[in-house]
Amino acid sequence: MNKYTERLYNGIIKENPTFVLMLGMCPTLAVTSSAINGLGMGLSTTVVLILSNLLISAFRKVIPNGVRMPAFIVIVASLVTIVEFMMKAYFQSLSAALGVYIPLIVVNCIILGRAESYASKNPVLPSIFDGIGMGLGFTVGLTCIGLVRELLGAGQIFGVQVLSLSWFTPITIFIMAPGAFLVLAFLVAGMNIIRKKMEEKGKPLAEPAGCLSGDCAHCGQADICADKKGV
Amino acid sequence: MDNILHVSSSPHVRAKDSTSRIMAYVLLALLPTTLFGIYNFGPRALLLIVLTIASCVATEWVFEKIIHKKSTISDLSAVVTGLLLALNLPVTLPWWEAVLGGVFAIAIVKMMFGGLGQNFMNPALGARCFLLIAFAADMTNFKTDTYTGATPLAAMRSGEIINSMDALIGRTAGTIGETSTIAILIGAIILILLGVITLAIPASYLITFVIFMLIFGGHGFDMNYIVAQLCSGGIMLGAFFMATDYVTSPITPNGRILFGICCGILTGLFRCFGANAEGVSFAIILSNLLVPMIEKITIPRAFGQVKEKKEGK
Repeated sequence: MNKYTERLYNGIIKENPTFVLMLGMCPTLAVTSSAINGLGMGLSTTVVLILSNLLISAFRKVIPNGVRMPAFIVIVASLVTIVEFMMKAYFQSLSAALGVYIPLIVVNCIILGRAESYASKNPVLPSIFDGIGMGLGFTVGLTCIGLVRELLGAGQIFGVQVLSLSWFTPITIFIMAPGAFLVLAFLVAGMNIIRKKMEEKGKPLAEPAGCLSGDCAHCGQADICADKKGV
Repeated sequence: MDNILHVSSSPHVRAKDSTSRIMAYVLLALLPTTLFGIYNFGPRALLLIVLTIASCVATEWVFEKIIHKKSTISDLSAVVTGLLLALNLPVTLPWWEAVLGGVFAIAIVKMMFGGLGQNFMNPALGARCFLLIAFAADMTNFKTDTYTGATPLAAMRSGEIINSMDALIGRTAGTIGETSTIAILIGAIILILLGVITLAIPASYLITFVIFMLIFGGHGFDMNYIVAQLCSGGIMLGAFFMATDYVTSPITPNGRILFGICCGILTGLFRCFGANAEGVSFAIILSNLLVPMIEKITIPRAFGQVKEKKEGK
């Protein structure tokens, strides 16, 4: 796996921000009442994430270490404002459905987390791929939650009625707040089962917590390790 | 000779109480309410009760099979949960929603947190609230062939004066088990005489509720209104059978009284100022959540224990 596809795999599966890192829980719980909302939120976050990773990585040598957080916020806030105006111009209904959560992308932990832990230390191209991976992981997580909630809570998938209302009573709790917690909990539990199974098979999804020896050349986990220190 | 001089460690005298025995007592105490519900609402009530109990017991059995644990269905607690849940459902509820409620009660509210003794919330009430939010229209549809009017609480809310005698006997609309105050009181007396529950929680609950309604009910010292409020809705069933659940109520004596007061205030708040006419189930599960804190502040001081002084003055 080269370092670009590794970044994608890392973001979507290994360190999936929704199911593994549990970052960005506020929009995750609040806007996933339907699959299209989840997808919209995920994709707009992805756009901001890619661009902010790009800019922060490009400016990483210029930004003084002492004021890096305000600098990151300024960059992210400008990008979010652009995305917000674009959505208002071209996706009116989605923008209305997502409401305040679009401007709130500014303080999304995933974006600041990636800026701090990856983009500010790595070259531009890997940072872009890191943004794409993390963004897609977030999108996949939100869309999954949205799909389940919409199916159970309204009998629809992407707004299309798949469960006929003639025999199906929508379980409306699933499109309300408690349903978000229930669905998230079950999906995370499912993810944990998969991780456990993979670990038993000897193919762990995630690297062991922390570096084992500090010497990548002699470490068996070097291939799947996120922060390769020695290489 | 060996047998005579055999010395074992304490305890030497054991009560015969066991989980299944207490649960059987509760079932016995619920019998009058159940029979009256079936008499009042007809065979469909019996069908719902049987289905809900079956769903609870089956869920517990399947769940414990999946996680490779010893089956605990013989302690009857799942039967009690199923029966209590069924008594809290309107008779018109579609059968599969009742079954789903049973699955939710056992699988999510009880077993996910470690089974009987570990659940932080009364499973039957947790499932009732789940159904109430999930199927709001079905759960508040109390219209049957016999009863076409509103429930007594809804009627009182819209300003009507109801006959508290009807509410006392139970010839009113409502969920299967909540209508007859007399049947519930018979069950409560059985529980108290058998020593299953003490009066601390129900008494503090009901007294607090009455005081709250006197002040905020908007009818002053109108005895008819207070009695009607006490006899309608789920407050009697809740106070005697659900707030007193061993697992989800405090064990400290003062804590029980405080718990009852919490339930009473919340019920009054929901009934007077809430969006719905009834709020007993939400009041009790919210108080369930407060139980760890209530226990923490009401731990009795052991004999001779000196109050710890604050350090670092």
